[in-house]
Amino acid sequence: MLVIRKKDLDLMTCHALDGYPLEVCGLLIGTLRDTDVETDVTSVEPTENVAASSRVYEIAPKVLLEVERRAEAGGTQIVGVYHSHTHTDAKPSPTDIAQAPDPTWHYVLVSLRDEHPCVRSWKIDSGNIEEEEVVVKW
Amino acid sequence: MSVEVRVPTVLRPATGGVAVVPGEGATVGEVFNDLIDRHPGLKGQLLTESGELHRHLNVFRNDDDIRYLGKLDAEVSEGDTLTLMPAVAGGAS
Repeated sequence: MLVIRKKDLDLMTCHALDGYPLEVCGLLIGTLRDTDVETDVTSVEPTENVAASSRVYEIAPKVLLEVERRAEAGGTQIVGVYHSHTHTDAKPSPTDIAQAPDPTWHYVLVSLRDEHPCVRSWKIDSGNIEEEEVVVKW
Repeated sequence: MSVEVRVPTVLRPATGGVAVVPGEGATVGEVFNDLIDRHPGLKGQLLTESGELHRHLNVFRNDDDIRYLGKLDAEVSEGDTLTLMPAVAGGAS
């Protein structure tokens, strides 16, 4: 289960809309619990999609390092990544599944395919995907 | 040279859950071989079968990406920190 504040949910959605027609991406900061049952997202860090593509995204390694250091300095860590799908649903693509970097992370998809943006969150482990509940708090 | 190696969560099963491990070597490649000796589960995670740096792995020597420092031949100094990070990429296609 992913617990996220409404302002962070809105930030991801607005980022996706602003970046259209390109895919956008960013990192989720928070605290992973040992049980991996529930993760609180404490902030969201929009990043540049260095692939500048409507079909793929990539976060610059240097940015990843900087965000991780900032998160650790604040007693948190990177707990996941979000990106947009501009023309497909909010479900991990075969590319997303093949390249998922960490099974402990949460993978948030923002789909702009339909009239209203759709946000869903997934766990991806060894090629298997499982949707998880997203709890929005104020 | 003794260096500190920071291990991302995805690789920690190979280090017994430890986030920071010591390594020895004069280059990143030597440190990696030392790490693999100590933690054999890292072998396929750090290097390809042909011994190249795994393309889904980013490695920083302190603040610098080793891809611009000679990759596995990048020299390390006593007290350096190597940070390993998975590549973060994907997309609809």
